[in-house]
Amino acid sequence: MERTAVPAPVPAPPAEVLRVRHEGSVAPVPDPAEALAVFDVRDLSVCYGDRPAIRDVTMQIRQGEITALIGPSGCGKSTLLRSFNRMNDLIPSARVEGTLRYYGQDLYARDVDPVVVRRRIGMVFQKPNPFPKSIYDNVAFGPKVNGMDVDLDGLVETSLRRAALWDEVRTKLTASAYSLSGGQQQRLCIARAIAVNPDVILMDEPCSALDPIATARIEDLMRELQESYTIVIVTHNMQQAARVSDRTAFITTEVDSDAGDHRSGRLVEFDRTEQIFRNPQHSRTEDYVTGRFG
Amino acid sequence: MTMHTPQVSARRAVAALDAPTSRGFRERAFAGLLFAATIVGVLVLAVLLVDVVVDGVGRLRPEFLGRYASRFPDRTGIRAGLTGSLSLLVLVALVAFPLGVGAAIYLEEFAPDNRFTRLMEANIANLAGVPSVVYGLLGAAVFVYILQMGRSLISGALTLSLLVLPVVIVAGREALRAVPRGIRDGGLALGATPWQVTARQVLPAALPGIMTGVILALSRAVGETAPVLLVGALFSRRASNEPWSVLESFSALPVEIFNFVSRPQEAFKVEVASAAILVLLALLLVMNSVAILLRNRFQRRW
Repeated sequence: MERTAVPAPVPAPPAEVLRVRHEGSVAPVPDPAEALAVFDVRDLSVCYGDRPAIRDVTMQIRQGEITALIGPSGCGKSTLLRSFNRMNDLIPSARVEGTLRYYGQDLYARDVDPVVVRRRIGMVFQKPNPFPKSIYDNVAFGPKVNGMDVDLDGLVETSLRRAALWDEVRTKLTASAYSLSGGQQQRLCIARAIAVNPDVILMDEPCSALDPIATARIEDLMRELQESYTIVIVTHNMQQAARVSDRTAFITTEVDSDAGDHRSGRLVEFDRTEQIFRNPQHSRTEDYVTGRFG
Repeated sequence: MTMHTPQVSARRAVAALDAPTSRGFRERAFAGLLFAATIVGVLVLAVLLVDVVVDGVGRLRPEFLGRYASRFPDRTGIRAGLTGSLSLLVLVALVAFPLGVGAAIYLEEFAPDNRFTRLMEANIANLAGVPSVVYGLLGAAVFVYILQMGRSLISGALTLSLLVLPVVIVAGREALRAVPRGIRDGGLALGATPWQVTARQVLPAALPGIMTGVILALSRAVGETAPVLLVGALFSRRASNEPWSVLESFSALPVEIFNFVSRPQEAFKVEVASAAILVLLALLLVMNSVAILLRNRFQRRW
């Protein structure tokens, strides 16, 4: 595999990176002490209007690991994930409280440009959402809008190879992305995310629209991508979390008696995945992972 | 209580299916009424069309399209109206497309959700329902007199542009709204700016729908009579005026038809007017076909 065209992601971008619009690729010096925590989340709450969707989350997401967020529907795990690349900014009523540090830098500081944040922190969505364009153009779009000065053909090929899609599409790069199957479309979306060379890939239930075979392919792919990227995945599927992730966060809803009995999400337990599944510390986690609840 | 053998039940069931009921009759009568309602409109239209074709087809000759109007039915033509209408078409498209699509993009992709935006939206929706005569009066006042453009082609084009603008904006917004949220999210998640996502993904995806709306709006503009009359479209133009600028006087097909019909001679009133109507209908038919073709060709792919 031509790993050279896509350089391994940089572990610790310097603080200024996010403040510059459309920054080219940078190669900062990794700081071993700092390098572990990609996201340092402290007392994070996300509200829609005045209703909190998820409250008081404190957790650290480590570099090079796959972190799974599990929990019942509506517990705010997708909301939490979307706050990592400021996709919640797009919802006018959404508000974020607490701090979210990305390599030590406040992601929600006033001078941080969300466009630059999203360049460094890619995202794959629940429903495959390729652009209504050719397969090639889907992958090339990110590098083009980011003004990356690279050999586009080579980058498209490398990205498709890394997403394990190249062999299936090499002869029809100009065909519409909609001619692909659902699983292929999702791998195309992963290739598209890789092409801009992010540090982190966020995945919001990436397999929920896919059949078991396509799901297995995506899971294999995640394991391979883990070598170069930090991955955070939201999943409904506990087996999937157990299979692919290094660490698992269990989130569930709780009634807030102080907020008009409105339900909002809480982080119950966050630990190594085998710990969460074999030896959970909280009874609610145990109930959930053993299928007694949710 | 009587016991029913299976045979008896079966016989009863068959009898029930056969029996003509009043409900069946009423249903059929109702369906017949609905069919009649449908057919009345279509029939009347067909009769009108046949009548126009019978009256006008004899005068449809190439010279008829190429000549300016004359006092003599055999020498008259609709060149002024045809060139005028086609010029209006192009100019209205040039004005209404960028303004209308620009407004649609702003309202759909960038406008904050506040009272001012909602006020503008309500305004635009209401403007679409304003009678065309009112636009004609507005055009006459603003373009012809205040802006001193005179009774010119550009006055007519701007007036018609105002007329179709609300329709273009509404059609444009609908086409933009039909583009799924996932495409915007996908683009933004790659680090594209909102503007890049709009320009490179959302707008191209919505363009066929926008074009369909624009063409239908234009075909409405081409058929309008009142506004162009009010901004002073002439019945005809002297041949010596060629080539003409947008500041010169103009004519339009509906205006010429209006004039032909109001003449005393049968040959003008019936035959020449019908021939001109056929040309106008053909023009509208072509435009609507293009709109339908566009819509079918680029059916939603998501």
